[in-house]
Amino acid sequence: MAHETPPHWDRNMRERLRRGEAAALAELYDRFASLAFGIAQRVLDDEAATGQVTREVFATIWESPDRFDPRQSTMRAWIAGQAHRLAVSRLRQRAAGPETHAQVRDAATAARADYIVTAMPAPLREALELTRFQRQDYRQMAERLGINENEARRRLRLGLQLLSSAARYGAESAEASEAPAHAGEREAR
Amino acid sequence: MAGNHEDHRGNAERRGEVEAGPPPDAHERVTALLGAWALVACSVEESVLVEGHLADCAACADEADRLADAAMLLEPPRSLDLAPELRAEVLDGCLARRPARLPVPSWAAPLDAEAARLDALLLDMADDEWLAKVPLRWFEDDGERGHTTTVAGVLDHLRALDGLLARLMGLPDPLAGLPGLADPDDPTARTLAAWATTGHGSAEATGGEGNGTRANGAASWEPWRSQTRALVWAASRTGGRMGERRVPGALGDPGRLPAVGGAWSLSDLYLERAFACWTHAGDIAHAVEYPYEPPLPPHLRLLVDLTARRLPGSIAGRRRAGLARSATRLTTAGSPGRTLHLEVEGAGGGDWYIPLDSPVAGVSRTAARGAVAHVALDDVVFCQLAAGRIAPDEAASGAEGDPDIIHDVLTAAAGMSRL
Repeated sequence: MAHETPPHWDRNMRERLRRGEAAALAELYDRFASLAFGIAQRVLDDEAATGQVTREVFATIWESPDRFDPRQSTMRAWIAGQAHRLAVSRLRQRAAGPETHAQVRDAATAARADYIVTAMPAPLREALELTRFQRQDYRQMAERLGINENEARRRLRLGLQLLSSAARYGAESAEASEAPAHAGEREAR
Repeated sequence: MAGNHEDHRGNAERRGEVEAGPPPDAHERVTALLGAWALVACSVEESVLVEGHLADCAACADEADRLADAAMLLEPPRSLDLAPELRAEVLDGCLARRPARLPVPSWAAPLDAEAARLDALLLDMADDEWLAKVPLRWFEDDGERGHTTTVAGVLDHLRALDGLLARLMGLPDPLAGLPGLADPDDPTARTLAAWATTGHGSAEATGGEGNGTRANGAASWEPWRSQTRALVWAASRTGGRMGERRVPGALGDPGRLPAVGGAWSLSDLYLERAFACWTHAGDIAHAVEYPYEPPLPPHLRLLVDLTARRLPGSIAGRRRAGLARSATRLTTAGSPGRTLHLEVEGAGGGDWYIPLDSPVAGVSRTAARGAVAHVALDDVVFCQLAAGRIAPDEAASGAEGDPDIIHDVLTAAAGMSRL
């Protein structure tokens, strides 16, 4: 996925938001609106509610830029996490019977998976996306990424291990998602 | 690989190292393969090896299940077409909660929005769509002109001309010191020099392998986008009131870009770049057959207004050049000149009274009521006419009055277009 941002970009962005630069807000929106919208949409499946969540995500960081801490996560992961949490809580407000409870759980798992994929280190994400969506076998993928076959196998396994934690945590633990993704980041370096 | 494995197991068994359960080297090979296996991304032999092992090894079977479930959770990254209205809603919503200390001036907002829309279009395009041939068109000496380039070539062109405004705003000129650019103020020379550097100028040049694809286009995409961001930022820093400031010199090509009242204001220069961004985004969208909406109504209204205000200068220019078909009438001091009632329909529309005899003559209410001709056209069509995308005789949806005057005005609108 496009629009990866380096750490200094994240720090600089927070600084510009603090200063109240409307142009920075617009830039943040252009980079991450479709990420926030996509995650919320997977949970809510409702255009209007998804738009509301997107508004809320950007309003939160614009009003309180310090809610994002560049030492704790990347901007991309923070936005994805916010969109996930707000969408799940909105869905939960809507939910009543046992049926909707299962629905909340499934949607939360799916959104957590999106979030984990978003937050995982780019080399793992690329390896997963090439094999899953471009139907390359791991040798073709290794060649495409210029890595050896051992490393290709390792990335796929590690990526799926991170992703499998999406199902392990329930809908309650949107916050816990940062732990596995960051563990992966250290390992991948 | 599989044969290799059999040999290993054979050796291990012969050496009597494995007493029960699967041989340890097989176990390691299988665990390493589990991710690729769960994604159906290993060879047939490897799949056979993994599946054979899973029957014997509970730990691997357990992990294989988990990873296969995880693989099902992977969703293709969706390309989302967010409604452009959402951008305005989200940003306005934020600014209502906490006003900006450094707002984007109203005259820079269209450039901000149009650059974001073109950026989203580019992000949406498939790799091979970057190879599309994009025809650019304009009117010159009352005839149609054209040049076919690529998506990247359009971005180079936008960047080269945005660069004039960048320089004015104290930002670096991307073409500064470019060899072969004799006159850095001449817009056409700038575009040609930029194309000469990147090799994106002609659609024919993109036949080669990989030439013109997204990877290649990125070399044009990123610098264009950074520069538009820098321009919006510079406008914020300068402040909304400075938009009134008159800019010395015509910023190139005075003939085809008749300045409003003799000199461009900073705000109009920003609007002109937003206009160009929209026009060329439309060219790209058309070439790759994507739908592309007009700007948001308040922005469209600003662009229509700019175009209407530029019109008297273009009419006068054609008259001076002897291109006018209608008879000249000299205005005497104190007597009002003739006007044309330009009625622009649509969300960006309104009524303008265009002075026909002198571009600087003010239009009084009385003169407006006595307009000698009336032309009605759609807001988007009016802009496309001025951009050279629609021919003068196809533009008007309604016209009354002297046909020569109407012809001159519509042709003067088309004459504002350029490469």
